[in-house]
Amino acid sequence: MSNIAIKAENLSKAYQLGEIGTGTISRDLERWYARIRGKEDPFLRIGETNDRTSKGSSDIVWSLKDINFEIEQGDAVGIIGRNGAGKSTLLKVLSRVTSPTSGRITGKGRIASLLEVGTGFHPELTGRENIYLNGAILGMRKKEITRKFDEIVDFAGVERYIDTPVKRYSSGMYVRLAFAVAAHLESEILIVDEVLAVGDAEFQKKCLGKMGEVSKGEGRTVLFVSHNMVSVNLLCQKGILLNHGNLQFIGDVNKAIERYTQIEQSMSSIYINKSTANYSIEEVRLLRTNDRVRLSFSDLIKFSIKLNITDSIQNVHLGVALIDKWKRKLFTSTIPINQKAIYLLSFPLNLLLSGTYTLDIATFIPNGANFNYIKDICPFEIEDFESESAIYGHADVGVINVECVWE
Amino acid sequence: MNNQQHDWSIEPQNSLLDLKLKDTWAYRDLLWLLVRRDFVSFYKQTILGPLWFFIQPLLTTIIFTFVFGNLAGISTDGLPQPLFYMAGITAWNYFSECLTKTSTVFKDNANIFGKVYFPRLIMPLSIVVSNLVRFGVQFLLFLIVMGYYYFMAKEDFSITWAISLFPLVVILMALLGLGLGMLISAMTTKYRDLAFLVTFGVQLLMYATTVIYPLSTAVENYPNYAWIIEYNPMTPLIETFRYGFLGNGTFSWSAIGYTTVVTLVILLVGIVVFNKVEKNFVDTV
Repeated sequence: MSNIAIKAENLSKAYQLGEIGTGTISRDLERWYARIRGKEDPFLRIGETNDRTSKGSSDIVWSLKDINFEIEQGDAVGIIGRNGAGKSTLLKVLSRVTSPTSGRITGKGRIASLLEVGTGFHPELTGRENIYLNGAILGMRKKEITRKFDEIVDFAGVERYIDTPVKRYSSGMYVRLAFAVAAHLESEILIVDEVLAVGDAEFQKKCLGKMGEVSKGEGRTVLFVSHNMVSVNLLCQKGILLNHGNLQFIGDVNKAIERYTQIEQSMSSIYINKSTANYSIEEVRLLRTNDRVRLSFSDLIKFSIKLNITDSIQNVHLGVALIDKWKRKLFTSTIPINQKAIYLLSFPLNLLLSGTYTLDIATFIPNGANFNYIKDICPFEIEDFESESAIYGHADVGVINVECVWE
Repeated sequence: MNNQQHDWSIEPQNSLLDLKLKDTWAYRDLLWLLVRRDFVSFYKQTILGPLWFFIQPLLTTIIFTFVFGNLAGISTDGLPQPLFYMAGITAWNYFSECLTKTSTVFKDNANIFGKVYFPRLIMPLSIVVSNLVRFGVQFLLFLIVMGYYYFMAKEDFSITWAISLFPLVVILMALLGLGLGMLISAMTTKYRDLAFLVTFGVQLLMYATTVIYPLSTAVENYPNYAWIIEYNPMTPLIETFRYGFLGNGTFSWSAIGYTTVVTLVILLVGIVVFNKVEKNFVDTV
């Protein structure tokens, strides 16, 4: 039997929508009256899911609803889901910042949570003082920090500035120092929210490396929330997919990412925008050869893009970028816009690997203003049964498919 | 291996009497670092630095001497006016700082509290201790003024045995401010109105405490209303403080006993309420 590091049982968390503070005394009294009679809270109605796009009937939403999972010691788990799916709430509950409405979590080992880097940093204090303060806030003892001090400074690469107030630091240095403190916490469980979205590329790599090291080398459990599928895939073996506060999937990280993109795909492959702004993108449509959004590998894909041009301006371009499931930009293609309102775009698919893709579309003046910039629209999926990498399924075989010659 | 074994659990409700004191003790290093932070950040980039601690009580004393002592002519029980006021101000300042700062602890620290868990009790405790440093500095000033009046001005006052109660007086002031502050802070997370009440409430409370007049005068002039002042738990503390250092004031064991009981009850209730609110305040603040 393996070790369970974290176990969640029927975990739920409700939030109250709208204004808090109007009429709360009377509500509190009502609640309190219900409680002393042993009744349920009258303001918590069961069964409403957290869908921010549709209007609910009560003011209470369940940000998390009956979540059950077990995480084994040494696992690196990625938590993914759309905005508002409950990821951050789950992390908050796990790091004890807020408590669940019902259910419970049990676990073994010290938890260090990094919902933000540099929590409690004081701008007037020097780097040295802040390392101690921040370390202590994260739960380290003074002795422990002293022992790791040199290592932390070295990792952050701010030795020259260590006795300078952090308000004089560049934002990059600030973040590096903050992450360095957190990365040197001695905890069995590490909880990380998208803190890696900061710092330069080199440092991001270093952070990812450090976290990988933490979970693989030192056998620590890592929970990682990110929108960046590349880093989730890189770091984690397991994935938890949340959708509207429900646990949709737990298991292999690749499958979780695949399921995640499927949820996103429930968006339509037609984009319509009613804006009347000049050079706004009015409609983007995937022209299907047959009635599927799914395309086979050898197809040619074709889009029609309709613009709203009310007042012609010189040198406006239309640009389209292809985005893969890890939100990487694969290529960009642009064309100068003349009077024409409708443009047709097609490109061959044999350069692409199987998976889900979306488009970013923009109208802009080169090296100048953007008129309209829309991200992540018109998803389509490519099925690959033909290329040499087809047999590898979901494994990461690269970014594009190049038909190479072997001799 | 037994899967039921776990070191911690996160649940909606904790037992009411779980004061988390053990948890708090484990974070004692953080307490000192926070105190240090408060102190260092207070005087960084100021020319006068820690001297600022002196300026406020000095100016207040001068103004009180002028307004209450000379213009209004309120009795000071035969003590030199500046000394009398300074004793009251020094003690009162400590209590009121503890109270007002603690009462906004959730609002002021919402940022940190929303991101990291540590026993929240650390924050109000650090406020009380930081203010103790400040109080120490102001107390030093009081001693200097006392010395001046004793040796230079040859004024007639004497230290009494009650000076040995000084540590108790300070601790009680701290705990009373802490307890009340925590009670209010817990309620302000939901009902912001209280925050406004505190700022001027504390000022009003000062007039119901024997800061600018001696208790004996109040009893003499308003025998029917003096109970308000007598039942104010801060009054015995300030009176004892004055009695100890200046030899003049109303001291009684029963009054001190009363204050001690009230303080402990308020503190206990404060901690319980504080711990209860801390769990979910992030959602409402």
